[in-house]
Amino acid sequence: MSEFKLSCEAAREVEEICEKFHNDPGELISILHETQSKLGYLPEPVQRIIARKLSIAPQKVYGVVTFYSFFTMTPKGRIPISVCLGTACYVRGADKLLEEFKRVLGIDVGETTPDGKFSLDCLRCVGACGLAPVATIGDKVYGRLNPSDIKKIVAEYAD
Amino acid sequence: MKIRSADALESIRREALKALSVREAANSSVLESASGLDKGTPHMEILCCGGTGCKASESSKIVDNFNQALAAHGIADKVKVIVPGCFGFCEKGPIVKIVPDNTFYTSVRPEDVEEIVVSHIIGGERVERLLYTDPGSGSHISDSKHMNFYRKQLRIALRNCGFIDPENILDYIARDGYKALADSLQRDSLEVLADIKASGLRGRGGAGFPTGVKWEIARKFNAPHKYVVCNADEGDPGAFMDRSIMEGDPNSVIEAMMICGYCINANHGLIYIRAEYPLAVHRLQVAIAQAREYGLLGDNILGTDFCFDIEIRYGAGAFVCGEETALIHSMEGKRGEPTLKPPFPAEAGYFGNPTNVNNVETLANVPVILTKGPAWFSSIGTEKSKGTKVFALAGKINNVGLIEVPMGTTLREIIYDIGGGVKNGKKFKAVQTGGPSGGCLTEKHLDIPIDYESLAAAGSMMGSGGMIVMDEDDCMVSVAKFFLEFTVGESCGKCTPCRIGNKRMLEILDRITDGRGTMEDIDKLENLAKVIKDTALCGLGQTSPNPVLSTLSNFREEYEEHVKDHVCRAHKCKALLTYAIDPVLCKGCSACARGCPADAITGEVRKPFSINPDKCIRCGMCISRCKFGAIKVY
Amino acid sequence: MENMINLLIDKRPVSVPKGTTVLDAAASIGINIPALCHMDLKGTCVKSSPAACRICVVEIEGRRNLAPSCATMVTEGMVVSTNSARVVRARKTVAELILSDHPNDCLTCPKCNHCELQQLVTRFNIREMPYKGEQSERKKEVTAAITRNMDKCILCRRCESMCNSVQTVGVLGAVKRGFETTIAPTFDRMFSETDCTYCGQCVAVCPTGALTERDNTDRLLEDLNNPDKIVIAQPAPAVRVALGEEFGMEPGTIVTGKLAASLRALGFDYVFDTDFGADLTIMEEGAEILHRLKAFLGGDKNVKLPIMTSCCPAWVNFYEHNYPDLLEYPSSAKSPAQMFGAIAKTYWAQKMGIPREKLVVVSVMPCLAKKFECEREEFKVDGNPDVDYSISTRELARLIKRSNIDWNKLPDEDFDKPLGESSGAAAIFGATGGVMEAALRTVYEVYTGKTLPRIEFTQVRGLDGIKEAEIDLNGFKLKVCVAHTLGNARILMDKLRAGELPYHVVEVMACPGGCIDGGGQPYHHGNVDIIKARAKAIYAEDSGKPIRKSHENPDIQKLYKEFLGEPLSERSHQLLHTHYFDKSIK
Ligand SMILES: Cc1cc2nc3c(=O)[nH]c(=O)nc-3n(C[C@H](O)[C@H](O)[C@H](O)COP(=O)(O)O)c2cc1C
Ligand code: SF4
Ligand code: SF4
Ligand code: SF4
Ligand code: SF4
Ligand code: SF4
Ligand code: SF4
Ligand code: SF4
Ligand code: SF4
Ligand code: FES
Ligand code: FES
Ligand code: FES
Repeated sequence: MSEFKLSCEAAREVEEICEKFHNDPGELISILHETQSKLGYLPEPVQRIIARKLSIAPQKVYGVVTFYSFFTMTPKGRIPISVCLGTACYVRGADKLLEEFKRVLGIDVGETTPDGKFSLDCLRCVGACGLAPVATIGDKVYGRLNPSDIKKIVAEYAD
Repeated sequence: MKIRSADALESIRREALKALSVREAANSSVLESASGLDKGTPHMEILCCGGTGCKASESSKIVDNFNQALAAHGIADKVKVIVPGCFGFCEKGPIVKIVPDNTFYTSVRPEDVEEIVVSHIIGGERVERLLYTDPGSGSHISDSKHMNFYRKQLRIALRNCGFIDPENILDYIARDGYKALADSLQRDSLEVLADIKASGLRGRGGAGFPTGVKWEIARKFNAPHKYVVCNADEGDPGAFMDRSIMEGDPNSVIEAMMICGYCINANHGLIYIRAEYPLAVHRLQVAIAQAREYGLLGDNILGTDFCFDIEIRYGAGAFVCGEETALIHSMEGKRGEPTLKPPFPAEAGYFGNPTNVNNVETLANVPVILTKGPAWFSSIGTEKSKGTKVFALAGKINNVGLIEVPMGTTLREIIYDIGGGVKNGKKFKAVQTGGPSGGCLTEKHLDIPIDYESLAAAGSMMGSGGMIVMDEDDCMVSVAKFFLEFTVGESCGKCTPCRIGNKRMLEILDRITDGRGTMEDIDKLENLAKVIKDTALCGLGQTSPNPVLSTLSNFREEYEEHVKDHVCRAHKCKALLTYAIDPVLCKGCSACARGCPADAITGEVRKPFSINPDKCIRCGMCISRCKFGAIKVY
Repeated sequence: MENMINLLIDKRPVSVPKGTTVLDAAASIGINIPALCHMDLKGTCVKSSPAACRICVVEIEGRRNLAPSCATMVTEGMVVSTNSARVVRARKTVAELILSDHPNDCLTCPKCNHCELQQLVTRFNIREMPYKGEQSERKKEVTAAITRNMDKCILCRRCESMCNSVQTVGVLGAVKRGFETTIAPTFDRMFSETDCTYCGQCVAVCPTGALTERDNTDRLLEDLNNPDKIVIAQPAPAVRVALGEEFGMEPGTIVTGKLAASLRALGFDYVFDTDFGADLTIMEEGAEILHRLKAFLGGDKNVKLPIMTSCCPAWVNFYEHNYPDLLEYPSSAKSPAQMFGAIAKTYWAQKMGIPREKLVVVSVMPCLAKKFECEREEFKVDGNPDVDYSISTRELARLIKRSNIDWNKLPDEDFDKPLGESSGAAAIFGATGGVMEAALRTVYEVYTGKTLPRIEFTQVRGLDGIKEAEIDLNGFKLKVCVAHTLGNARILMDKLRAGELPYHVVEVMACPGGCIDGGGQPYHHGNVDIIKARAKAIYAEDSGKPIRKSHENPDIQKLYKEFLGEPLSERSHQLLHTHYFDKSIK
């Protein structure tokens, strides 16, 4: 059915997550969260397993996955970068920051660098508005950023 | 250890208060001189902000460093490091506060720790350079109580934030935590409900619906399963008050949900929180676990018949899920699409069961209202809006942060007194309240006392409490476009006016900021805005045209300038900018021409260069390359 | 009356029962508020009311915003205005917004003249497109049965309700959000890669040209004009009670005579009748019922009961996809159309001396699943299908118009013999409960050896989702059950899987009301009275027939005598029975 083949262990893992939530369709979003945090993304076979476990139509899972911006069906980079485009950050020049990230990484929003290392996304307020403009790289929040800092910061993540 | 009665709770409270005594004492006094172990202070505490803002500036590292330094100096037993939630003054974070002398250090770096320990904690000498400098007088202020930022605030919802350790339920109990619950359980639930009604508390989630009335309605619907939902979605970009409350005082939310449950006969609580708030999630999880451990959640709470428990549900990046019907669908594992009201959640909510939805800040007010009495609460604020409101003050303002003020405070007081005025001495232009549903207010609105009605009358709204200050460098058409971009991205897509209408409005704004707009476009914009407001299914669409409508009414001339004169006075709209070289200032060094990605600059060396406007892509590169300031933008 | 609500609509007093929508209240006094997304086939389970299009908004005194009349319930003392300047402007703007994300190519649209959006636009006097902008890029697909052009989708979500709430197939639904929202099958794959049953109910309710039938009319015209082909027609029972609607006749008008005449006028070489196949189905299925019952009564523990009807191809698809563990329960009898094809291309072709390749069997069906059924490999002989292809009632109407035939002047004609003879039992196949009733007429008489005192089994008629009845067969209480819509079928199948289905015979039809509301029928546009009128006509057709029991059809008797032997004979098995496949998607 699908191009992507899931390893048996990964499939088992997804099933276990569903079972942990008692295969309750009401917990679909929690299940998707946990699955994505384990596997990094939610490819079709994974969604099919979840649908089967929860006894709901796979279309329902797909409809939910595509509704919420947090869920993705394509793998993100190993180091996800998100630029805050919340209002506080916006009025302090987050748009310029984003442009610079795009330039430095050579990718557009929603894309991943060809080496699979960085992916670039936007988010709306991480709650660190005091430090606006803000970006997150991996789990780390960077505040009071200037477009001229970007190159250096990205370089910190060189292997 | 389970607490099985109100008396048991009281004795735990008295015990817990001891641990808090140093902080409590400092809170109610002003010590002019610093204390230190060498000066004979037996116990000291270091409060290191653990809010998201400060954490982003390595406050965890600061905590580690303090613990190491204290151990290294052998004083770990005398000095305690506490990690409370946000102090509100995030702009100057990381914040470190020393008690008992209440010293308020700002912008602390991990490497400052050793100096603080040696000079202040041990030696009793404040580290002057880390103190807050008053922008007016230029002098250092050591005690936060003297700072303008705090002076006009009244912290009710935020009463414990920045004060207690949010991961220690005993800290909360010490400050009368769960007392309101214990008292309520001794009373008839109708009486408790009457108190909430009498307090005049209104929903802080945006609409301002009277909380007591809401509970009363929810109480009327009988069903075996009823739910209390805490709306912790906080989707407003640029607002972070709910998050701070959950990070800094999670137990207040839990206690309030239980009181609500008692009043409306519900036994299940659900907290819907954004997954992007990991710290708040963690603090809630800890608080729920501790409350269960102490028997404050679960069956037969405090020895009564009342049973209540709470589960956490996660959002997944959809602003519309803050809308209560969408939120409920999302909690049911569905797409977060709103449905028509009625039926209201009170009648048919979570899986068709009666459900009461309240906002975090609304709930945070509930326990204090009951401990201090509804009369106390309703004495604060204005005629129709009682109590205080928390605002996330951000944008082009000196003191960015979280503030709580009595209703009726003016915008001017907030922006100039608390916020310290516009950043970099620029000219104030507008303040945006109410997030994507709100509007932009101007100079002429600065003196209106803020409450639900007056903000709405001025064409904006209270919303959840985002307050973004803008200066002369902000283009109001672009600001409207920014919010509309947000709504277009966050529309659930269910109803026509919001799905297509907002997109069309955005396209018109795009045209205007690109210099392709016509006067007819402005008319279309107005018509669309009105129709969308009138016909959209849910609050998102019904309010999405507000930023456009308010800027159109307050800054219409800016729209017309863009259209007629092709001018953006704030120099924000790239397409409307003209780059030109001043031949008098130009030295003909060619640096600009070499850097221009569009080959738009030509000239002979040592003669004035010039820019071909047809080729120029307005990237601004040349400006940064010209050492002589010869390139100007119009 | 106590539960009556009084209100004012456009200054006129109305009194309606509590729980009535403003839309319906207005309709009751002749105020026809335009609506688009809303659909309510009252008295059935078919309802979709997302309040999403916002075309139906009205002004209600005291409310800040306009309210969608389709989903707003009346309240005492409500004052409604359906036509104020504010409402008219809003309604028009909303329609203009819909058009701004629409191809607007009505002239070449399969839905032209039947499109609810088109009707609204004409009604609103829209003369220009003020809001031009980006158009959402969406998918197009042509399957064996359904054509999908999502550019024309207005997101009314009716198909979603049908596929999910009514049919519980769960293939179609909304994906993504905001301006990008679209209706898509599972993982945005082709229908053929999903659990779609091709029931066509999404098509039946789609107000626009987004979902339509796969059009076979050009192919048919080519065959009709090919001198080397012998083209024969077999129209289904439900076609003759609906086709007239396409020519402005009252719903429920029986047009059997004109139907036969029109097919002949189109150039079909022989005009037969699927009803013949239906009688044959009863012979085979009835025999199978009797066979299993006898085994059961004889103490056979392994006999699979209930036996389930299998003449609805969407239902067959449904169990092949979802209940691969229960494939032994349905009868192995093919659908009437396929039985007809198999007999036409063997018995009749041999009789006539026509080689199989020369023969083109075309079924005219209320159904879209039949289009898919024709393409099943097991219904082909060396790649040549028993039924070459199928056209829907709507396609036939289009062909008639296109071929310069004046419907009104068509005479009443008869079907050709022998495959045009049928009983009243066959006629009622078109309504839910009909197959059961037809089978009972035969099973009763064959089992008991007695003549039925009363031929009608009214217990199994009507629009209830699941109907049950008990029939006394010489003291043995035969328990039967009739379900329509796949949602009701799912309830039964889940019970069966749990071992809790207490019936001997079960009839399932995928479409609400049965084939009379099939995916290929003239559009009902949400008017349930049309479906009821068709059902009434079906039963009228039955009572008007001289022969009303399948086993009494003389041409059927002759077929068995000359060719098949007896029901369930080896040849019958070969030609008239099939087997099922596990088609579950892993
Ligand atoms: C688009 C939209 C987004 C909303 N977002 C939030 C939110 O993030 N947090 C919140 O508490 N209420 C939000 N609301 C308001 C809620 O629907 C609801 O009114 C509120 O949670 C009720 O609580 P309250 O009465 O305590 O204010 C939103 C409403 C709309 C229409
Ligand atoms: S107004 Fe927008 S968010 Fe609300 S239902 Fe309509 S499309 Fe969805
Ligand atoms: S703004 Fe950019 S494109 Fe224009 S002249 Fe300067 S460098 Fe060249
Ligand atoms: S960089 Fe400045 S001084 Fe040099 S050529 Fe360009 S405009 Fe003239
Ligand atoms: S769907 Fe309707 S409005 Fe759209 S092109 Fe077809 S006929 Fe015209
Ligand atoms: S209706 Fe108008 S556009 Fe359509 S065919 Fe006639 S003249 Fe042409
Ligand atoms: S044909 Fe039937 S099963 Fe297939 S998508 Fe349409 S409604 Fe669903
Ligand atoms: S495909 Fe048709 S029925 Fe389905 S949502 Fe679109 S317009 Fe409505
Ligand atoms: S009920 Fe009739 S029209 Fe509908 S799918 Fe089945 S056979 Fe076709
Ligand atoms: S707006 Fe960027 S962190 Fe809040
Ligand atoms: S996060 Fe530390 S002061 Fe706000
Ligand atoms: S018909 Fe009422 S909203 Fe669509």
